[in-house]
Amino acid sequence: MLYDLLIAPFADFGFMRRALVASLALSVGGSAIGVFLILRRMSLMGDALAHSLLPGAALGFLLGGLSLPAMSLGGFLAGVATALVSGVIARFSSMREDASFAAAYLTAMALGVLIVSLRGSAVDLMNILFGAILAVDEAALVLVVSTATLTLVGLAAIYRPLVVECFNPGFLAAMGIRGSVYHYLFLSLAVLNMVAGFQALGTLMALGLILLPAVASSFWAREVWSMTLVAAPMAFASALIGLLVSFHVGLPSGPVIVLFASLFFLGSLLLGSRASVRARLSHPVHLRG
Amino acid sequence: MSAALRLVNLTVSYDRHPAVHHVSAEIPAAEMTAIVGPNGAGKSTLLKALLGLAPHIEGRIESTVKRIAYLPQQAEIDRSFPISVFDTVLLGRWSRFGGFGAAKHVDIHDAQHAIEAVGLSGFERRPIDTLSVGQFQRVLFARLLLQDADLVLLDEPFAAIDSKTVNDLMAVIQRWRAEQRTVVAVLHDLDHVRRDFPNTLLMARELVDAGPTARVLSSENLLRARAMAEAWDEHAGACDVPMKLTA
Repeated sequence: MLYDLLIAPFADFGFMRRALVASLALSVGGSAIGVFLILRRMSLMGDALAHSLLPGAALGFLLGGLSLPAMSLGGFLAGVATALVSGVIARFSSMREDASFAAAYLTAMALGVLIVSLRGSAVDLMNILFGAILAVDEAALVLVVSTATLTLVGLAAIYRPLVVECFNPGFLAAMGIRGSVYHYLFLSLAVLNMVAGFQALGTLMALGLILLPAVASSFWAREVWSMTLVAAPMAFASALIGLLVSFHVGLPSGPVIVLFASLFFLGSLLLGSRASVRARLSHPVHLRG
Repeated sequence: MSAALRLVNLTVSYDRHPAVHHVSAEIPAAEMTAIVGPNGAGKSTLLKALLGLAPHIEGRIESTVKRIAYLPQQAEIDRSFPISVFDTVLLGRWSRFGGFGAAKHVDIHDAQHAIEAVGLSGFERRPIDTLSVGQFQRVLFARLLLQDADLVLLDEPFAAIDSKTVNDLMAVIQRWRAEQRTVVAVLHDLDHVRRDFPNTLLMARELVDAGPTARVLSSENLLRARAMAEAWDEHAGACDVPMKLTA
């Protein structure tokens, strides 16, 4: 019974196994990215960035059909271009970066939908917007796993400048370091993870598995590394449970996975060890000092 | 008395509006100099210019210093960021290990000493978001101690800080002076400046006066600084003072 429920779907079906491995890799790399996105107060900008992959992916789709390499490369280039363009706009005008991000990603979204509609059907559009984790093939798996590896190695390499750039950019500048270099290196890694998540969850929800566990982890841990350690298992658990539920009940996997990530967020908000509802209610007596 | 820094007809502007306007002055070496002036007088901008971080500079800064340490206003730091007191202090050794190298034993040892010197022993593992404003200022001073700089720039080091902390941190500053380091501090408490800082630079975008504190902080000068601050025109036309005038 338990075997049928938990193991059989993966033992019997190759696509479920590939989906499982893909979500493990996504969880490990993505949650580290998510933690930094939150600490840089960029969660909403990250979301905008994820949407901006659309025109690139659509252009790839227009040129190469439903081909993963073409759509991934297009999405990556579009994401990096959006980040760069809005950064440049913010620097050369007095516009705040979040506003220029919004302007850039709305433009990108509209362009993307238009491009898909030039050739594709509504089904193609749905695929690009919402992804299909059960359609992950070997090529996609290689992409997702390489991304996770590159993300962890890359973040480890730029960890110190990136942390200082987050909390005290002026110090970095006074040391003669250009913090923007690390900002854009980080954004490129973030875009890479969104591209990897895009096949599985689509451009609309690619950030769900990256951001929700990271937000949840802030209710349990209070340092960058420990937040990442808490976020990654929660991301993987949501993917695992989400896959099983969508398999047995016959629901689309992407939204189910993201909803389980939301459940982890809600649970952490209620039960987490710090700044949570429980922490606030269960310690009515203040300390002596 | 030799000069650590010489400002020659320095103008620093944002969007063509000068925040520091045709300032020429000397900052004496191995001395404590206060920068005083009304809000918006360009004091912080002047410090940024000395650091090489100001957006647009005309005129010259002649400098004999090798290494500069800088204490920003606290608002420029995200104090909710999850980083420990010890790690924050250790960053003072950035010039040794940079963005990628490892901290050596001596750095860790010195960081420990700096934390003791500012009276924060036992706080090493505390995240900075649990500190009070005064405690966090002590952390930043410990980081300055590790930087081993010959010029220390302090931007409003004592804003919203209690007198006990001010006294402790002033002891650190006096130690720098005894070690022949040049200290430049933006301050608002004039009594404090008169008591502890032998030199003062009084500005209101333009230089009002610079030199011995007793002379510079005359009531006449202070009145003049305030009048200049009130006369600021946000819709000013182009400046017609030639750049060569005082150079």
